[in-house]
Amino acid sequence: MEGLPLHGIGGNMNINLVEAIRKNGLEILSISAVIVIWQLFADLVVNNKLLLPSFTDVLFSFFKIIQNGTLFTDLSISLLHFGLGILSAVFIGIPIGVAMGWFKSVNRATDPLIEIVRPIPPLAWIPFAIVWFGLTHVSAGFVIFIGAVFPIIINTVEGFKSVPRVYVEAAKVLGCMKDRELIRYVALPSSLPSIAAGIRIAMGVGWMCLVAAEMFGVSTNGLGYKIWWHYYLHQMDFVLVYMLILGFLGLLIDKIFRWYVDGKLLKWREGVVV
Amino acid sequence: MSRLLLEGISRVFEKEGGQSTQALDNVSLDIKAKEFVCFIGPSGCGKTTLLRAIAGLDTPDSGKITLDNEHITVPDPRRGMVFQEYSLFPWRTVMHNITFGLEMQGMGKKEVIEIADKYLKLVGLEQFKNSYPYELSGGMRQRVAIARALANEPKVLLMDEPFGALDAQTRNILQQELLQIWEKKGVTILFVTHSVDEAVYLADRIVVMSARPGKIKEVINVDLLRPRDRTSHEVNTLRERLLNMLAEARDQ
Ligand SMILES: Nc1ncnc2c1ncn2[C@@H]1O[C@H](COP(=O)(O)OP(=O)(O)O)[C@@H](O)[C@H]1O
Ligand SMILES: [Mg+2]
Repeated sequence: MEGLPLHGIGGNMNINLVEAIRKNGLEILSISAVIVIWQLFADLVVNNKLLLPSFTDVLFSFFKIIQNGTLFTDLSISLLHFGLGILSAVFIGIPIGVAMGWFKSVNRATDPLIEIVRPIPPLAWIPFAIVWFGLTHVSAGFVIFIGAVFPIIINTVEGFKSVPRVYVEAAKVLGCMKDRELIRYVALPSSLPSIAAGIRIAMGVGWMCLVAAEMFGVSTNGLGYKIWWHYYLHQMDFVLVYMLILGFLGLLIDKIFRWYVDGKLLKWREGVVV
Repeated sequence: MSRLLLEGISRVFEKEGGQSTQALDNVSLDIKAKEFVCFIGPSGCGKTTLLRAIAGLDTPDSGKITLDNEHITVPDPRRGMVFQEYSLFPWRTVMHNITFGLEMQGMGKKEVIEIADKYLKLVGLEQFKNSYPYELSGGMRQRVAIARALANEPKVLLMDEPFGALDAQTRNILQQELLQIWEKKGVTILFVTHSVDEAVYLADRIVVMSARPGKIKEVINVDLLRPRDRTSHEVNTLRERLLNMLAEARDQ
């Protein structure tokens, strides 16, 4: 498990803190050094808030958007867009991948279509997203969906194709005969690592699409939109705050997903370090 | 009852480029209920193909396989199989591997657990019931595979070199345990092996096969009392006879 052990109080906690510093000393040192250099460089060398806001500028802007509450509005809107896109990609992508991976004829019929549509960059869909759904949350979700659905389909198909034959045959001999049952009890659990990896890739792609979609005016709110908006106002400290928030949030989402999948869903896998 | 009849089984595999392999050529055999039959022969003589056909996983080109006069065409829980490679579902615990077949029959949860517990005990792995397969040794995995196959109460148990990947000592122990289970459960066992020792220790009858095309070369009745002494004179004589036969089968 990750995270600091926070049990115990007072002196005990100090000991834990010291231990944490000792253990992650190099990491802490490097981050602190970058912050100090950044601050000095911005203050003494560049000395221009437009070109390079300093660390403290960014920190103050951060407190400001927390204080006036805009951060939480934008955060929830962006997460709504992200959730819409990723969930629809999961619920549409996995069944398509399952059908393609299990039934050869479905694969042959759909594979060419997918190969034609897939290389279109998700952002190229923005005009159609707006024409079809207007400036709504669905519109932003759609762009994310386009970016996220293909990695999920492809990894599901891959997972299904590499289900060891012996598992399917063992299941058949044990009385699991119908396609539906074989998929549910054998192929799906066996491909879960591959599907989870696909969702992880999809979330990364979706996160990038989210920012771009919001920046290109699919929405009038959200973290990505705010970057663009503050850029027009030449408030680069805010731009940088939102950039950093996007980075940290992406990292956090990935960590939570991995913690859940590796620790709970895939704990049957050999050699998984949680 | 539960007589297994193989009548003129042939199977040809077409390969790309027009070549073909005759994996089985006119194999016939009559297996009584509760018999322990071992199949031995050089690799590629169609032993796996034969077991897969009996399981219903593969369809012969000609010939007929019947169990109690019932034609076998598809897999059925009445014929259990233990595979050569590790076939436990890695995403299920030991317990839930054993319950798999029972769940598929639509049996109630409580009953399923009761039966699975019984078979866990039979193979001596009660304390590992919540472990995942990756936590088990090779011998333990094959024990679970046996328990999983038996939980469906099959009439015939097909075993394809189940102990082939195990070390000699574990192998001997599992052979002993298998005989005890076989006597207790009264199941017919068809056991493929490449070890003469194993065949001589286990079988009522040994079917010696030869390759290209895969055929039955000879069937030997083993009338030795169990438990057999692996080093007794009779066992040694039989082993020698088998080794000679196998050398011939290989040279053909
Ligand atoms: N699915 C298959 N496709 C093509 N050839 C096969 C297939 N299965 C088995 N064979 C061939 O049939 C022959 C017998 O195989 P097998 O039954 O596995 O032999 P054994 O188990 O006795 O070693 C081999 O020559 C093998 O290459
Ligand atoms: Mg084989």
